[in-house]
Amino acid sequence: MRYLAAKTAREAAEALAAEAGVTRVLAGGTDVLVQMKAGLVEPDLVVDIKKIPGIATITPEAGGFRVGAAVPNSVLGEHEGVRTLWPGVVEGANLIGSTQVQGRCTMAGNLCNASPAGDAVPGLVAANAVARIAGPDGERDCPVADIPAGPGKTTLKKGEVITSILLPARPARASDAYLRFIPRTEMDIAVASAAVSLELNADGTVKAARVVLGAVAPTVVVADAAGKALVGTKLDDDTLAKMAAACEAVCRPIDDKRGTVAFRTKTAGTLAKRAALIAYARAGGSK
Amino acid sequence: MSLDEYRKREFKQVGQRVRRPDGVDKVTGRAMYGADATAPGMLVGRVLRSPHAHARIRSIDTSAAAALPGVKAVLTGADLPVQEDAFVRDVQDNCMAREKALYDGHAVAAVAAVDAATAKAALKLIKVDYEVLPHVTDVDVAIKPGAPVVQAGRTLENVPAGMSENVTSHCEFGHGDPAAGFARADHVVERHFRTAATHQGYIEPHAALASVTSDGKAELWCCTQGQFFVRTLCAAIMGMEASQLRVTASEIGGGFGGKTTVFIEPVALALSRKAGRPVKIVMNRDEVFRATGPTVHTSMDVKIGMTKDGRITAAEAHLRYSGGAFPCGTVDMGAQAAFAAYDLENVRTYGWNVMTNRPKEASYRAPGAPQAIYAVESVLDELCQHFRLDPIDVRLKNAARKGTKSSYGPTFPDIGLVATLEAAKRHPHYTAPLKPGQGRGISCGFWFNFGGNSCVSLNINTDGTVGVTEGNPDIGGSRASISLMAAEELGIPYERVRTIVADTSSLGYNDVTDGSRVTFAVGLATIKAAREAIRVMCGRAARIWGIDAEAVEWKDGAAVPAGPNAGKFPPMSLAEIAAVSFETGGPIAGHHEVNVDGAGVSFGVHIVDVEVDRETGATKVLRYTVFQDAGKAVHPSYVEGQMQGGAVQGIGWALNEEYIYGPDGRLQNPGFLDYRVPVASDLPMIDTVILEIPNPGHPYGVRGVGETGIVPPLAAISNAVSRSAGIRLSELPMSPPRVLKALGA
Ligand SMILES: Cc1cc2nc3c(=O)[nH]c(=O)nc-3n(C[C@H](O)[C@H](O)[C@H](O)COP(=O)(O)OP(=O)(O)OC[C@H]3O[C@@H](n4cnc5c(N)ncnc54)[C@H](O)[C@@H]3O)c2cc1C
Repeated sequence: MRYLAAKTAREAAEALAAEAGVTRVLAGGTDVLVQMKAGLVEPDLVVDIKKIPGIATITPEAGGFRVGAAVPNSVLGEHEGVRTLWPGVVEGANLIGSTQVQGRCTMAGNLCNASPAGDAVPGLVAANAVARIAGPDGERDCPVADIPAGPGKTTLKKGEVITSILLPARPARASDAYLRFIPRTEMDIAVASAAVSLELNADGTVKAARVVLGAVAPTVVVADAAGKALVGTKLDDDTLAKMAAACEAVCRPIDDKRGTVAFRTKTAGTLAKRAALIAYARAGGSK
Repeated sequence: MSLDEYRKREFKQVGQRVRRPDGVDKVTGRAMYGADATAPGMLVGRVLRSPHAHARIRSIDTSAAAALPGVKAVLTGADLPVQEDAFVRDVQDNCMAREKALYDGHAVAAVAAVDAATAKAALKLIKVDYEVLPHVTDVDVAIKPGAPVVQAGRTLENVPAGMSENVTSHCEFGHGDPAAGFARADHVVERHFRTAATHQGYIEPHAALASVTSDGKAELWCCTQGQFFVRTLCAAIMGMEASQLRVTASEIGGGFGGKTTVFIEPVALALSRKAGRPVKIVMNRDEVFRATGPTVHTSMDVKIGMTKDGRITAAEAHLRYSGGAFPCGTVDMGAQAAFAAYDLENVRTYGWNVMTNRPKEASYRAPGAPQAIYAVESVLDELCQHFRLDPIDVRLKNAARKGTKSSYGPTFPDIGLVATLEAAKRHPHYTAPLKPGQGRGISCGFWFNFGGNSCVSLNINTDGTVGVTEGNPDIGGSRASISLMAAEELGIPYERVRTIVADTSSLGYNDVTDGSRVTFAVGLATIKAAREAIRVMCGRAARIWGIDAEAVEWKDGAAVPAGPNAGKFPPMSLAEIAAVSFETGGPIAGHHEVNVDGAGVSFGVHIVDVEVDRETGATKVLRYTVFQDAGKAVHPSYVEGQMQGGAVQGIGWALNEEYIYGPDGRLQNPGFLDYRVPVASDLPMIDTVILEIPNPGHPYGVRGVGETGIVPPLAAISNAVSRSAGIRLSELPMSPPRVLKALGA
């Protein structure tokens, strides 16, 4: 196994592209190192991206924030600006692991590890976040929603590395929230999860809504009909029930040791309801 | 039973929360755990495990592995002798499969190599030719005729005809006429229950370092609850004399009963003998879950009849336990413990052990009792709900007390159940208001406790300090408690006593640290060893004073003349006597060797408040109080720790922990991510109330406290869930999907 601490994104991309064997990017390593230790993957080349200048910084951009791919989630959680603008994204990222894990893990790593249960992903997708990708042939931008391809699989091409994620600007009276269900209260993996991002009109009705579900399909699911069900309402009980039903309708979970199909489906709707109410209150809505 | 040991006394040190002797080493990382042992020239041992739940091993080709550079030894079942004794044979066959792999994770071969990478590569080169056989992992399936047979020819004669060959034994306990009793009841409830297998979940994985030399001597360092028993088993498997095998127990990172047998120890020894070099094996977590002891999983039917004023008229339990791929006696303990808390006229319990393709059961705190008592206490609670009776009042009405003929035979001496129930009833927790949607559950618990073989040497050092040498690994604070009892008896400060756990060559046989026996039995031996040392010290003082030894007595840490007729001499302290011991007859020590009886059964009562989230099925534990009789709490903080730890493990068992097998018979959750022990944030502070009803069988009244605490939580939580959510579950764990399903949501 070779280890390379890349000094530029280009160097990282070229090395990854040139390697014929198994490669891994090393951000926080909280997935990669665990998988290596368990013998699940034996990479020929590991490229550490943390030494690339600027990759661990958060910069304001066009009213939003560009979060470098190596920003540890604990640092993200202490960033006043991001926390105020996208509290749901930050709470998803901050749910990952424990204090120790938080000090290392990244949102980009969570995204590229491509677990259907990744806690940072639904919030990013609900936020319409955009990843900036460096490849051997240059840079491109891609919506975060288009990156997961299935358990352990992404749409990134060989040699491509995410260098940052842009959390866009948003109007006043807008907010978001993320909830997951785990059988314990921490150190666990989501059995179902939901992120809801809302924009309100001046009268407190919902203007726009995005509802995204995790752990109920091979990738995160954007529940379009659920989002639409909220528009024009103040989240009365009927609306919430309709939205939950719309969530349930798009769930395609598996039955496994962590939860049954029925449980995951039902719980995804429940979490979406609860997350919607939190996001609504955060956006300044009152019923 | 020796029930006349207890004498009332004013304690000076026993009962104090003194500083723990192992604290600094543990918090600074200096404590030497199993995996910390090293030896010059040490090899890395690794075990190849069956990926099949049940398979005949047609052949094992180890030639490619043996030929790999760096590999120094390869081992299979064929390298070990065929054992005549069935017990040892089962232990050995569990450590290394012989003709069949009996469960997913069963060891089939092992290697020793110069490093971990080589050992791992060597495992991949071993070719096992398996004939995969039909498997069975569920007790209710395995009991039926026609089920795949795990091992043939293991059925005892007392098993009724018409069952599968997997049923290895049957037991029956009780008295009276249950049928007549049920006829007299105003209401009878009969329910079916199932409980999942759970793992002890100790944080420290098994580790062993073995060194066998060419002259036939061997050293073994390992993480165990009983080095002497490890020696017995390993000597039998290796064909060695006990004197030639010295076993040293490491500091232990949890055991809870799971480290009372051997898994990798004989494998490390056999590899070392083959390789001619020390071999160390450390299990990873996956191996710990797949191949070391979980509890039994069970299927049970319990029937109780009651009059409308809350008197039990008859009780019956049918228990089907599976301890995995080998015969297992745990169901006998469940059948004896099931109704032990109650004074019953008509009671009968029946038990069957059933083999399944799962790992061999190892003890787990009060083995067999939590399951049976969960079923009994659930049915009892349902009857209380039916008649709208107070659950503590009903238990008080039926409680076993001094003179009760227990459901398993013996008549109880002084026991603490009534006092414990009354304390629970008086406690503010029992009457604290609950919010809508919250529920409160209670349950009693019981455990037999054990005494057993114990040897203690107590050495008086010339500087006036004392060394106690005992032979039981300290899994719950026993070194502190033993030092306290020695200090109390000798009348010197606790800080002057240091207790160490000796290896098998330094002391006579000591039973395993199990059955909550150590503070009780080793404590008793320590007190008696101290009395022996006191006798010697009084003799030395008598000699110095020129009076009869009988004219000297021991008071407040010093020899004094006994009464005015003995003469007038200033007291001689322990330190003064010790300082001149070389001139008065040589070093001073006390010993005691005994097979202790009279352990004294232990009862507990738990109260818990929960709230069930009706939309997700998640159960939140809001408040928890444990009441338990300790006889005498030698070190109250450790006693509380045992009570809290038992409650927490029981909470995990009730809510989330379970061995999950797939249709392929493989364990699906061999890791702490999907085998969910509670984490700190899942729990409220576990409050504790220690009761002290002296055990007549111990000089200070001590009873074991290590196991009873895991018994009540299962039913206490189930009863609380029932009162919170209006549903009665009869299967553990009550994981969120199961609760949500029961809610019909
Ligand atoms: C104890 C523990 C608890 C955990 N709890 C949770 C939890 O609650 N929720 C949860 O979702 N996850 C959890 N995880 C998993 C893990 O911490 C997260 O997925 C984390 O976000 C991964 O980030 P990382 O920077 O450590 O990724 P790494 O391990 O460095 O990388 C992960 C994967 O992404 C790829 N990768 C990383 N960065 C990039 C990039 N910039 N461009 C392209 N590919 C990249 C790597 O090649 C690798 O395949 C836990 C892990 C541990 C060890």
